[in-house]
Amino acid sequence: MNTSIEYALIVNNAYKVFGKEKKNRYWLPWKNKKNGQNEGDGSEKESTVTIAVDHVTFEVKKGEIFGILGPNGGGKSTLIRLIATLLLPDGGQIRVFDHDVVEDPMAAQRMINRVSVEASFFKKLSPMENLLYGARLYGVKGSVIHEQVKSILRRLDIPEKNIGRPMEEMSRGMQQKVAIARALLSSPILLLLDEPTTGLDPRSKREVQSFIRELRDMHDTTILLTTHDMVEADTLCDRIAIMDSGKVVALDKPENLRSLADRSNGHEPTLEDVFLELTGKKLVKETDMPI
Amino acid sequence: MSAVTQPIRGSYARASFAFVERNWNLVKRYWAWEVVWLVYSIANSLSVSYIGLGMEVLTGASAEQGQYLVIYLLIGTLVWRYLSSIFYWVTEVIAIERWEGTIEYTLMAPVPRLVHLVGHTAFAMVYSIVFTAIILLFSILLFDLDMSQANMAGGLVMLLAGSFSFVGIGVMGAVLPLLFPERGAQMTHIIVATLLLVSGVYYPVEVLPELLQKLAVLSPAWYVLNGTRSALLEGAGLGELWQYIWPVLLLALFMVPAGLWIFGRAERYAKIQGKLARNG
Repeated sequence: MNTSIEYALIVNNAYKVFGKEKKNRYWLPWKNKKNGQNEGDGSEKESTVTIAVDHVTFEVKKGEIFGILGPNGGGKSTLIRLIATLLLPDGGQIRVFDHDVVEDPMAAQRMINRVSVEASFFKKLSPMENLLYGARLYGVKGSVIHEQVKSILRRLDIPEKNIGRPMEEMSRGMQQKVAIARALLSSPILLLLDEPTTGLDPRSKREVQSFIRELRDMHDTTILLTTHDMVEADTLCDRIAIMDSGKVVALDKPENLRSLADRSNGHEPTLEDVFLELTGKKLVKETDMPI
Repeated sequence: MSAVTQPIRGSYARASFAFVERNWNLVKRYWAWEVVWLVYSIANSLSVSYIGLGMEVLTGASAEQGQYLVIYLLIGTLVWRYLSSIFYWVTEVIAIERWEGTIEYTLMAPVPRLVHLVGHTAFAMVYSIVFTAIILLFSILLFDLDMSQANMAGGLVMLLAGSFSFVGIGVMGAVLPLLFPERGAQMTHIIVATLLLVSGVYYPVEVLPELLQKLAVLSPAWYVLNGTRSALLEGAGLGELWQYIWPVLLLALFMVPAGLWIFGRAERYAKIQGKLARNG
């Protein structure tokens, strides 16, 4: 790795749109007519365009835990997918340790791994089989895989008896721990954590959060964390970007962000207050809460 | 390029093996399904082959003619099982990931698509050979076939030669589940059905209308079937089989790179449109 590189991640004016503007199909005129629409008034065109990431710019320093806070549908996961090379941006530039994710995706892929909100596993396979698969994909040598897998699973308090059981028989908290173990096997220097604690019970959540801290402190891994859990963002992240409707509406250290909120109501402002003040919306709707 | 971005020596071989090992683990875990599929395939192959004996009763054909027809149909059904097995395994390269919910994890790994497909295809070929051999074993036991004239090695060479072009067609077919997450896997059946119609699996292509006969020339299965029948029914040697081997290799030479190119374009399109999502 080139140690002179200061930034693990540079996102410069990234832009992603889904859908397209529906145009009149002159060869199928009856498809264009809608109730209340008149030809020539421009209302025949129906737009289904969604701007998922709207000219987002930020940098993440090496070894930093950088949080992206925002509601569901705010663009967090799309941004993570763009960085992970799973989506191609419609504009702007994203560089992972100075490698452009569009021009040189393979180089970027070698440095990153991702833990998503859904545990992406072969359900019938065991943690050991899933981790073997993941490790080999990232070129880990066969002779060291088994020991590494056992050691990481032990570190995450995954009982030995569970190593050979199908993933589908494990709790979600346990599955998420295996997902983190899988990401660690490839020794990523940039770890993308896409709502890794959503839906976990409080104990599992705390365990995962303590592991994230340890990762940064012990392994010097740069972490990009998306969440809509304000406490999690506040306690874990060095800096936080608040996203809404695809845009970054604020970016700073947690304490500086809190100072943006109105203190006139007497209580110490939280990131929720900041979000409310900046966007006029609540961060977590009741329907977003895990059951 | 910095050291960390360079592929580790042998890492592509390990990545390729990852797909072989994973698929073997999946077959073991889904063993009950594999048994069901095997029983279905054996029953299906036998019922087609029994048409040969049925013709003796229906048309008064001689026992020799009946036996010939049994082997003719059996070769058709076995070759078709083998080639379609490869095709379906390869087309499932994306469908299986989508169903399991691992598509994003696999496609963001630093593995060139060629390496991915080599591993997946290597497993598909071994699996299909073992699968077909088991069906052949059952058929030989039930039909008391006289295979003394057969050039079994020649038949195997013919099958292997034909595999590569079916890999190419499979890679092209794999684009459908990539682009159409909901029904793409089902859409691949149209490719198999068309090849089944024009390739002369259960009948000589001469019985087809002229237009369809012309399409047979483009189907690798037609060459594989002719070659395998020559080897097993007439004991044709490798020299005689060459007339069937080179066209399928030539077709593979075109179809495999074409399949990879099409797949690459489709993957790029899927990344633009956001179609690499799970739906399992």
